[in-house]
Amino acid sequence: MRSSHQIEWAAGLFLLLALAALVFLALQATDRGVVSGGGYQVSASFSNVGGLRPKATVSMAGVTIGMVDRIELDPETFEARVTFTISDRFNELPEDSSASILTAGILGDQYIGIEPGGSPEPLRDGDRIFITNSAVVLEQLIGRFLFNADAERDDD
Amino acid sequence: MSQHLLQPLQAIGQAVMFLLRALAHMRLTRYQVGETLRQVYFAGVRSLVIIVTCGFFVGLVLTLQTYDTLTRFGAADAASTVLALSLFRELGPVLTAILFAGRAGTSITAEIGLMRATEQLDALDLMAIDPLERIVQPRLLAGLIAVPALVLVFNTTAILGGVFYAVFLMGNDPVSFWGSMQASVELGRDFGHGMLKSVAFGLLASWLAVYFGWSAKPTSEGVALATTQTVIATAISVLIIDFVLSAFML
Repeated sequence: MRSSHQIEWAAGLFLLLALAALVFLALQATDRGVVSGGGYQVSASFSNVGGLRPKATVSMAGVTIGMVDRIELDPETFEARVTFTISDRFNELPEDSSASILTAGILGDQYIGIEPGGSPEPLRDGDRIFITNSAVVLEQLIGRFLFNADAERDDD
Repeated sequence: MSQHLLQPLQAIGQAVMFLLRALAHMRLTRYQVGETLRQVYFAGVRSLVIIVTCGFFVGLVLTLQTYDTLTRFGAADAASTVLALSLFRELGPVLTAILFAGRAGTSITAEIGLMRATEQLDALDLMAIDPLERIVQPRLLAGLIAVPALVLVFNTTAILGGVFYAVFLMGNDPVSFWGSMQASVELGRDFGHGMLKSVAFGLLASWLAVYFGWSAKPTSEGVALATTQTVIATAISVLIIDFVLSAFML
């Protein structure tokens, strides 16, 4: 039988261990955000964002460089305006880079892919990306395909 | 016939009355704090080995299975998300509560049942020491503290098990493993709800363990039966309450 002091020490140590696990899980495994440290905000307009959600990743060449902050509808142009943060480490992206909404695999999340342009001027905080490609909406694709198939049959 | 239907209802009612009485008898003294810490040691620290071992292997097998399934759909990147979400929301709290019932709940039941059988509880009463306060309260509180702590340890080791499989055995990129986990696991909705569940399960597991020990027949068969009942009742009620809590929180 161990002395009661040792037992209390062990219990305290156990609770400290649990606290360390809590900090580890909260910091390492949840949405602390892909952008740790500083970042700059850039926005882009899309005619359709599909299933893009806030906190989706922004990537370039397959590497995550940022995260979507918010998605809102522009009341005048009726386009979706997506604001996202890009990590400060990537502050040399050309001003005329383009943004597209892509899907990771068939079941994967949608994310924003950035393609670099050729301008010597870099993107800055508050800038807007003008060249964009909207999400591919499966229903529209299928609808167009069915419509075309119908039209071809009518031609015969 | 009606007797068979009424018996479980009666048992539930007795358990609730017992909990209310135990809550009414709670007192905060220096002695109680120390005794609760000692019970945290017996319920929590002594369960660490089984929790860490099970957590690690649950993490391994979960990652193995999700990788195997998700690569068929070309979505292997989502494996770490599946791992973290299923752990935080369901597997962590539920498995920990059931393991806790088997490791610590049974020993609490047997301890209190034997105290009842050997008339130690009556002896305390005779000495004007309230057994609800001296024996039941520290064990109830210890379960309430130990189960969430064990859930945290379980989740951490399971995720490390997942990392071990995905990164070290399969050679996946650790950045994308952590990245896709961080991108889709929310602190409040996923992690926080899981911890709320674990607090509820902690109360449930220690309450049932103490109740069955308290109400055990003072014979060796009675104590044996009570120990079995603790495990069965905890496993069943944890799974039922898990569904109810999930339905409310999602």
